[in-house]
Amino acid sequence: MSHAATASDVKGLSHPLGVNNAKLCMWLFLCSEVMFFAGLIGSYIVLRLGSLTWPTPGEILNIPLTGVNTFILICSSVTMVKAFAWAHMGNQTKIKRHLFLTFLFGVIFLSIQAIEYYKLYHHHGLHPSGNLYGTCFYILTGFHGCHVLGGVIAVFVLWIRSLLGHFTKGRHAPVELVGLYWHFVDLVWIILFTIVYLI
Amino acid sequence: MDQEKVENFTHPNYVAVWIWLLVLTVLEVCALYLPCAKVVKISALVFLAITKALLVAMYFMHLKFERLVLIAVIVYPVVLSLVLTLLTRLSLKI
Repeated sequence: MSHAATASDVKGLSHPLGVNNAKLCMWLFLCSEVMFFAGLIGSYIVLRLGSLTWPTPGEILNIPLTGVNTFILICSSVTMVKAFAWAHMGNQTKIKRHLFLTFLFGVIFLSIQAIEYYKLYHHHGLHPSGNLYGTCFYILTGFHGCHVLGGVIAVFVLWIRSLLGHFTKGRHAPVELVGLYWHFVDLVWIILFTIVYLI
Repeated sequence: MDQEKVENFTHPNYVAVWIWLLVLTVLEVCALYLPCAKVVKISALVFLAITKALLVAMYFMHLKFERLVLIAVIVYPVVLSLVLTLLTRLSLKI
């Protein structure tokens, strides 16, 4: 009996972009996230360039504190990618350790951001509805914070699953997919830190 | 990456990338206090931020090891966003 060729039999058609469907979906989701943040950052740039007055860097915002927070988020990206590398090599102990560290760094980042918000709101009187600067600041950093929170929850779930031994050398796709999301959140913060805090 | 490439994938030196990111972050914060023209300062800060973002995308997100066609799919919305922002700014000036 002759075998009827299907699309997946043809070399190069099953995964034309060289990645599996789950990873492609994550990349397409991240593309939509790029557009989301680009809308916010683009609006911020347009509003800021059209504004006559704007606080200078460090006038209101605590740059050293946020610098430390940026350092923490970068560290979390390293522990996340190391978790994926250990998952790829099948080292159960190190997957658990690095996922927990990523979760911990994420929680520290959010805690520092919460402290920063508290001080800005109560000590400096910077309110979301107070002026254009306050609105832009809280919208940009707030939406990013929500993304970090989502990532922290996802990493926590991964950590629990790693404790249950769900990830092996050949089966660790969720670690890679959540990792992509986590690195994207880190990448967005790198841009936001420069645009909102330093320029 | 293709399945056979994934299985034989050699991970880059992530710690070296981490050190580079930290050095660039320290440089960014230091650049803020440099006594130079604003345009020079902003150009340096943007350059440093783009370099850091590229390091994360290329090494942590492994884009350096993906096919060119996937990279094109991902870069497209970034370019589109930049163009749209620029057009919005220009339309407000007119």
